[in-house]
Amino acid sequence: MAIKILTVGPLTTVQDFGRSGFGSRGYRRCGACDKYSMQIANILAGNMEDCALAAVLEFTLSGGKMEFTDNCQIALAGADMSPKLNGNPIAMYRSVKTKAGDILELGMAVDGLRTYLAVGGGIDTEKVMSSRATDCTCGIGGMDGRALREGDVLKTGVSGKEKVEFVITEEMFWLKKPSHPYRSVGNQLLPVLRVVAGPQEEAFTKEARENLRREVYKIKVDSDRMAVRLEGPELKTKEGSDIISDGIVEGSVQISSNGLPMVMLADHQTTGGYAKIATVISTDIPAIAQRRPGECIGFEYITPAQAGEAYRKEVRKLAWLKKEIVMKQKNRK
Amino acid sequence: MDAFIKPVGDQAALVVFEQRIAEDVNQKVMALKKQVELLRGDRVLETVPAFASLLVYYDPLKSDYASMEKLLKKLVTKLKDGKMSSGRTVEIPVCYGGKYGEDLEYVAKHAGLSREEVIRIHSGKDYLIYMLGFLPGFPYLGGLDQRLFTPRLDNPRTRIPAGSVGIGGEQTGIYPMESPGGWQLIGRTPLNLFSPDNGGKLMYEAGDRIRFVPISEAEYKKRVAEWQ
Repeated sequence: MAIKILTVGPLTTVQDFGRSGFGSRGYRRCGACDKYSMQIANILAGNMEDCALAAVLEFTLSGGKMEFTDNCQIALAGADMSPKLNGNPIAMYRSVKTKAGDILELGMAVDGLRTYLAVGGGIDTEKVMSSRATDCTCGIGGMDGRALREGDVLKTGVSGKEKVEFVITEEMFWLKKPSHPYRSVGNQLLPVLRVVAGPQEEAFTKEARENLRREVYKIKVDSDRMAVRLEGPELKTKEGSDIISDGIVEGSVQISSNGLPMVMLADHQTTGGYAKIATVISTDIPAIAQRRPGECIGFEYITPAQAGEAYRKEVRKLAWLKKEIVMKQKNRK
Repeated sequence: MDAFIKPVGDQAALVVFEQRIAEDVNQKVMALKKQVELLRGDRVLETVPAFASLLVYYDPLKSDYASMEKLLKKLVTKLKDGKMSSGRTVEIPVCYGGKYGEDLEYVAKHAGLSREEVIRIHSGKDYLIYMLGFLPGFPYLGGLDQRLFTPRLDNPRTRIPAGSVGIGGEQTGIYPMESPGGWQLIGRTPLNLFSPDNGGKLMYEAGDRIRFVPISEAEYKKRVAEWQ
């Protein structure tokens, strides 16, 4: 079973949960930017137990055309790219059976930025250091360590025995997207990212911390899988933003010498030399990974304990979906 | 022993030691890393050592910040002062100058030394690997002889060949893979430092020392042929 790539969008890569465990040697984790949507897609495609492990395709801004060489089950989650199967519109967030020769077409994202295609059994490129995540900077993982091109053929794995068929309906809207708060600014709802105070918080002025909490930040066009770069009121340090380099994580909010924040995403370096005012909690990473250049976001401080609780709540959402699917299967029998 | 523990989101904690780049501080980082790594696979998922800090990733389903903070504090207090057993010393053969180190001439001129003297000084001591970062296997080395301090290039190169050994300001290091960069290139190692195929293993780890060993161009070519 394989997927043939007929046309591609600006950036399509094979991703999974990331290449963790090698940070002390300088290897980036990479992996899906929106790991929540990736897992939802996997569950709906039948990769229930492996939802964090099975590799998926991550499309950025627009998709492209691809052909399935065999019967399989797929699912799409994340940004709505108006998917069509053999020219007929199909829904996101549901299990879809495909037959040999079927052609899936993904257009421009109408909301969000990144879409995830999961297939039963997962994308089966060779694992490099226990992960299939594509690290484009170092040229490893996924398809020869690079973004997909026209003509690429991706093997897929053997799907499990579980016959999952499920539709996340409108009533289950809360399940479709990762949870994060909003704040009303004027007559608009501003997505708010929850942060925990960062390791160099004291290096910043009181005004900087107030700005981060209150102000609105706009996503700049030079954002990528490494970092979302933001513009807005300056976040000033007391004595410069250079620090003795230390480890950074996905979500680290680094402030470079221009006083503007960047939120590190999946392809971030393992260490950095800029002061970090805060860390976006893992639960809210998908929210910023799905925002496009020009869109605005805000920040809100929470405690590490609240961050842990938010994470466990998100894990329970996925567990709930799996349970629903299992119950549905039982009822059918 | 003084160190602060800071939260890094909901999945990691940072142990911050005295903020200076010095061997004694870095040794504490490595000593703590060793202790924390014993818990890997349980609550601890991964550690990332740096000059004067240790990032500890934990499993948020098995632990939380409050208990990690308590645990790390305890481990820090238990660290013994004084020298711990230091890491290995890894020899890195380097072909200095010529097309392998285009800036050797400049570095020599800047230092007011001959090329031979630069090579002798650069290869004449062992350098502690404080940390690996920026790229896989890129070592942040301490202890470059002051005479060799050379400013970075005004216009960084867009492509630096893998294995290049360079000097950037007060630091020296190796580019394990092809990359852009602004350091003065003084030589190149024939070793294949970046080999993700062998499970991400490197010839050296943070805490080891690197010794540069000058080799001839003939030796360089021979060593490259061995792995290519």
